[in-house]
Amino acid sequence: MWKCLHPYAKPEKSYQLAGKLLPWFIIFSAITFIVGTVWGLLFAPADYQQGDSFRIIYIHVPAAMMAMAAYSSMAMAAFVALVWQIRLAEITVIATAPVGAVFTFIALFTGAAWGKPMWGAWWVWDARLTSELILLFIYLGIIALYNAFSDKVLAGRAASILTLVGVINLPIIHYSVVWWNTLHQGATISKFEKPSMAIEMLWPLIIMIIAFAAFLGTLMLMRFRNEILARESHRPWVLRLIETDDAQRLQKDK
Amino acid sequence: MAFNSIADFFSMGGYGFYVWLSYCVSFLSLIILIINTINRKNKIIKMLNKRIARQQRIKNAPSREGIL
Repeated sequence: MWKCLHPYAKPEKSYQLAGKLLPWFIIFSAITFIVGTVWGLLFAPADYQQGDSFRIIYIHVPAAMMAMAAYSSMAMAAFVALVWQIRLAEITVIATAPVGAVFTFIALFTGAAWGKPMWGAWWVWDARLTSELILLFIYLGIIALYNAFSDKVLAGRAASILTLVGVINLPIIHYSVVWWNTLHQGATISKFEKPSMAIEMLWPLIIMIIAFAAFLGTLMLMRFRNEILARESHRPWVLRLIETDDAQRLQKDK
Repeated sequence: MAFNSIADFFSMGGYGFYVWLSYCVSFLSLIILIINTINRKNKIIKMLNKRIARQQRIKNAPSREGIL
């Protein structure tokens, strides 16, 4: 069953696959971003309590969700990298980390800008906010650790181990609003219950979640390809690829 | 549509500053991330091109056997 995946352990194959998928991801995330933003800002009705300030939800929630989704995919990749010694999995870890870090920053920043008018404070040391801040530090730690080693094999292994250690933070973030009495509200959308949100407000939120997911995919593919080129820069296939690219560009210029 | 006029839209019911701050900073950080990714790609390709050029020079260099 897994046989069909085996060729993709080869960097060259994976590089090509990522290149084929990339344009679709770009188009899809651009469309969903535009539709979701316009719908959320212009057409969703104002909240009866929070007025128009609730529109921040359309970036706050998707960014926070995808920051955690990015981390879980990194953790899975890190596990694969450490157990089966697959180098591409390490590359996935390090390609995803900056995207996750930016999403976490967005979640924190928009949260602060939403907290100021609603709670009266930019920041409170609430369990949800604090654990999310720790997630940002873990992301930055992973990136810093990877860049601290000049030997990239060692760097990849160290970053993978740190990623697995940091997984402990994910359930803490998720359940922080349940375990502790937080100022931050509980989950609005859950898999098992009906969402506690009007449907005309929910639709743009769902589209924005998809948009952030597609954006995460796009950036992962782009950075994945970059890292493959950087890590495989001594291999003949990379040099051949660059040479043919150059030749094509020269022909176009003529 | 949830707003009656453009001014209404920009004021966001009095929360304009917070809403627009959130949206601007978020999209700006996403754009910076995209630019960073593209820059890194260009840098890697430049590095690879240098390496190819160097290999070419080594290959084309005249043999020194006769000189020594």
